[in-house]
Amino acid sequence: MNFDFSDDQKQLRDQARKFLAEKCSPKAVRVVLDGKAPYDKELWKGLAEMGFLGVAIPEEFGGAGAGHLELCVIAEEMGRANAPVPFSSTVYLAAEALLIAGSDAQKKKWLPAIASGEAIGTLALFEGKGNPSPKNIKLAASGGTLNGVKKPVPDAAIADFAVVAARTGSGGRDGDISLFLVDLRAGGVEVKSLTNLDPTRGQAELTFKNCKAEPLGAAGEGWSILSQVLDRAAVLCAFEQVGGSDRALEMGRDYALDRIAFGRPIGSFQAVKHMLADMYVSATLARSNSYYGAWALSTNASELPEAAAAARISATQAFQHCAKNNIQVHGGMGFTWEFDCHMYYRRANAMALGLGSLSYWEDQLIDRMRKKNAA
Amino acid sequence: MNFDDTPQEAEFRATARKWVAANAPKEFEEELSKSSLGRIRLAKHDMVEVGKAWQKKKAEGGWACLHWPKEYGGRGATPIEKVIWQQEEGVYGKLTQPFQIGEGMCGPTVMAWGSEEAKRRYLPKLASGEEIWCQLFSEPSAGSDVAGLRTRAEKKGNDWVVNGQKIWTSGAHYSDYGLLIARTDPNVPKHKGLTMFFLDMKSKGVEVRPIKQANGMQEFNEVYFTDVVIPDSQRLGAVGDGWNVSLTTLMNERMSIGSRLATGVPEMFDFCSNLMLEDGLAIDDPAVRSKLATWAVKSSGLKYTSYRAISSLSKGERPGPENSIGKLVSGMMLQDIATYAMDLQGAAGVLTGMDEETVHGQFQQMLLSSPSMRIAGGTDEILRNIIAERVLGLPGDIRVDKDVPYNKIPTKGR
Repeated sequence: MNFDFSDDQKQLRDQARKFLAEKCSPKAVRVVLDGKAPYDKELWKGLAEMGFLGVAIPEEFGGAGAGHLELCVIAEEMGRANAPVPFSSTVYLAAEALLIAGSDAQKKKWLPAIASGEAIGTLALFEGKGNPSPKNIKLAASGGTLNGVKKPVPDAAIADFAVVAARTGSGGRDGDISLFLVDLRAGGVEVKSLTNLDPTRGQAELTFKNCKAEPLGAAGEGWSILSQVLDRAAVLCAFEQVGGSDRALEMGRDYALDRIAFGRPIGSFQAVKHMLADMYVSATLARSNSYYGAWALSTNASELPEAAAAARISATQAFQHCAKNNIQVHGGMGFTWEFDCHMYYRRANAMALGLGSLSYWEDQLIDRMRKKNAA
Repeated sequence: MNFDDTPQEAEFRATARKWVAANAPKEFEEELSKSSLGRIRLAKHDMVEVGKAWQKKKAEGGWACLHWPKEYGGRGATPIEKVIWQQEEGVYGKLTQPFQIGEGMCGPTVMAWGSEEAKRRYLPKLASGEEIWCQLFSEPSAGSDVAGLRTRAEKKGNDWVVNGQKIWTSGAHYSDYGLLIARTDPNVPKHKGLTMFFLDMKSKGVEVRPIKQANGMQEFNEVYFTDVVIPDSQRLGAVGDGWNVSLTTLMNERMSIGSRLATGVPEMFDFCSNLMLEDGLAIDDPAVRSKLATWAVKSSGLKYTSYRAISSLSKGERPGPENSIGKLVSGMMLQDIATYAMDLQGAAGVLTGMDEETVHGQFQQMLLSSPSMRIAGGTDEILRNIIAERVLGLPGDIRVDKDVPYNKIPTKGR
C-alpha cells in the first residue's frame, strides 16, 4: 500500500510552501482584507510563473500536465497561506468544468489563459439562498442568450469569464439544466460586488440581460457536469481547508507556548492542551479523508462521489473547529483585528458554504453511501 | 498513491492467504463474524481452548508472533508483513484475544530486558499460546498515575517477597505468567522506586478474583499478593529501573497499527436504514442524516489514517503520530452512537434484553460497555495529554509529587 503522496509531490508542496511564505505573508493578505485591492495581482502572476495555476491542465492546453495529486498539494498550501487570489474559482471550478465538458476550441481559448494567469474564471451557480439543486436554477437560456441573476458568484468582479448554469428545460429536473460559457468582458452582464464574510475572496452578483453565451457541453447535460465539477472541487477545497486547519492549529500551539498566565505557559494547562489535542484530531481525520478524496480524484474512481463528500464534510468541520478554537486559545488578543486569527475564522466559515452548506454535503454523503450499500 | 501491494507484499499475502484457507478452523467462522466489540462468544466451546489450538497451529506454520525473531518463536517478519497477516487472518484473529497482552506487551518487555536464557525459555511458549501471560500494572489507587502504585516487593536473600493488590488484569484467571511492577523502595520519589518482575501465576499467595463490571460482565480480575516469593532471576532490568522498563510495555500497548477499532458506524447505518419512525425511515430524517454523516467521516478518517500508517510501514518508515487518535475518537463515538440509537427508539429504547444478537439489545450493550473504551489503555484525558505533549510539543503537566519521596506523598484528597 502506498497511500501517500510521492517524494516529488511532497517536494512540490515544500516548494509551494516556501514560495507562499515569501510572497503571501499575512501582511500581504491584509492588503486585500482591508479592501485596498480586490486580489493580490502580484501573487497571481507569481503563481502562474511557478506553473501552479496550470499544474493539472494538460500540456497541449498550456499547462504543466502534472495531475490532480500535484494540484492537491498546492491547494493545501494555498489554504495554509490564506492566499487572497481567485485560485479556487478559476482552477477548481472554471478549469475543471472546461476540462470535463469543454470543446477543443473552448479549451484552447481559456485553459492556456488560465495557466498563464491572464484569465480569471468562475462558476455562476447560486441564485440567492439555497444549495446546489436543479430546482434552484431559474436563470433562463434560450436561443443562445441568458436572462437572470446569479449570486453569490465567487471572484466574479475580477473574472474574465464564467461558467453559467442555466435552465433550458421547462422543469427543475437534472435534464433541464445546461451550462454556458460567458465572456464577462463582452457585454450583456452587469457586475456588482457584494460585501461578504471573507473579504480576501470577493463575491459578486451577475445580472444577465440578453447576454450572448455559448453552450459548454451538451444541452441538458448541465447538472451531470456540475455534479462532477462540485465533487472535484470538494476534494480540492478540502485540501485548502486541511492546510488552513493545520495553520490555525500551529498558531494556537505557538501562542500557547509563548503566552504566560498564572506564572506558566498557558499551554501547560490541561484545558488548553486538550483543546489543542482535539484540534489535532479533527485536522488528522480531515487530512486522511482528503487523501482518500485525492486518490479518487486522481484516478477518476467510481468512489469519487462518496470520497468527495466525506472529504468535504471532514475538512469543513476541521477547519471551522481549528479556526474557532485558535481564537479561543488566543483569548482576547484573538478577537483583535490586529491578530491573524480572524482571517482563518472568516475563511473557514466562508469555505464551509462555498460549494453548498455542510448539511447539503451530509445529505449527499448519506445518499451516496446508501447507493453503495444497495449495490 | 495507490492501495496496491508491492510485488513482495503480494507474494507474502498470497502465501498467508493460502495457509489460512488450508488451516483455519472454519467451523467457527460464522460465530466469530458475529462477535463485535471485542466480545467473543462460542456457543459450545471454550474460547481459550479454541484460541490455544489456533495459536499452536499458527506457531507450527510459522505465523504466530510472526514479527518476532525466529529463535524466539516468530518468523522475523517485517512490520508490514505483520499487518498483511492480520488482514489475511481476518475473523480468526479474534481467537488470538487471550494472547494479545502477551504478544503485544509482556513479550516485547521480556525481549528487551530479559536474559538470553529467559528469552529462550519463555518467548517461544508465549508465541505458541502454550503459556498465556497477563500484565499486572494497574492498582485500585494507581490507574492513570500508575507510577503511584503501592504493591511492595521486599528483598529476602535471593528472593523478593510481594504483598499488595493489582486490578483490571485481563485474563489473570487463565494466565500462566504475569508481568508485575512493584515498589521496591518507598523512600525515593515514586518513579525511582519501582522494579519489574515476572512471576508464575500459580505461585503460592496469588489469588485471582473476577470483577463484576458496570456492564454486568466479568472480563477483568483483581489479583491479590500475599507473601508471594519471586526469585531475583525473574527481575527485568535493574532494581529501581522498573518505570523505565514499563515504558517498553506501554509504548507497545499504543502501537497497534492496522487493527481496526470498533466505531459502531456500520451497525448504526444499518439500524437507521431499517428503523421506521412516524414519518418514514430514520435514515430519511435530516437530523439523523446529519449525525450519521458526521460519524461516518470520523470512521472513514480513522480507516484512512491507519492506511497512512500502513503505507509508512510498507516503505520501511516509522509511522507518524497520527495513529494516537484512534482510541480517543472511536471510544467517544461508540458512546454517542449508542445513546442516539436508543433515543431513536423512544421510550422502548430503555428495554435491554442485553442480547447482542438482536439489534435492540446491541446498542444498550454498546452503551454500557463504551465507558471502558474511554478508560482502558489510557483514558481520553491521558491520550489528549500524550497528543498535546508528544505530538504538539506542549509542556508536560506540573507534577507536584515529582521530587517527593513516595512515602511522603499525600494519599487522601480530603
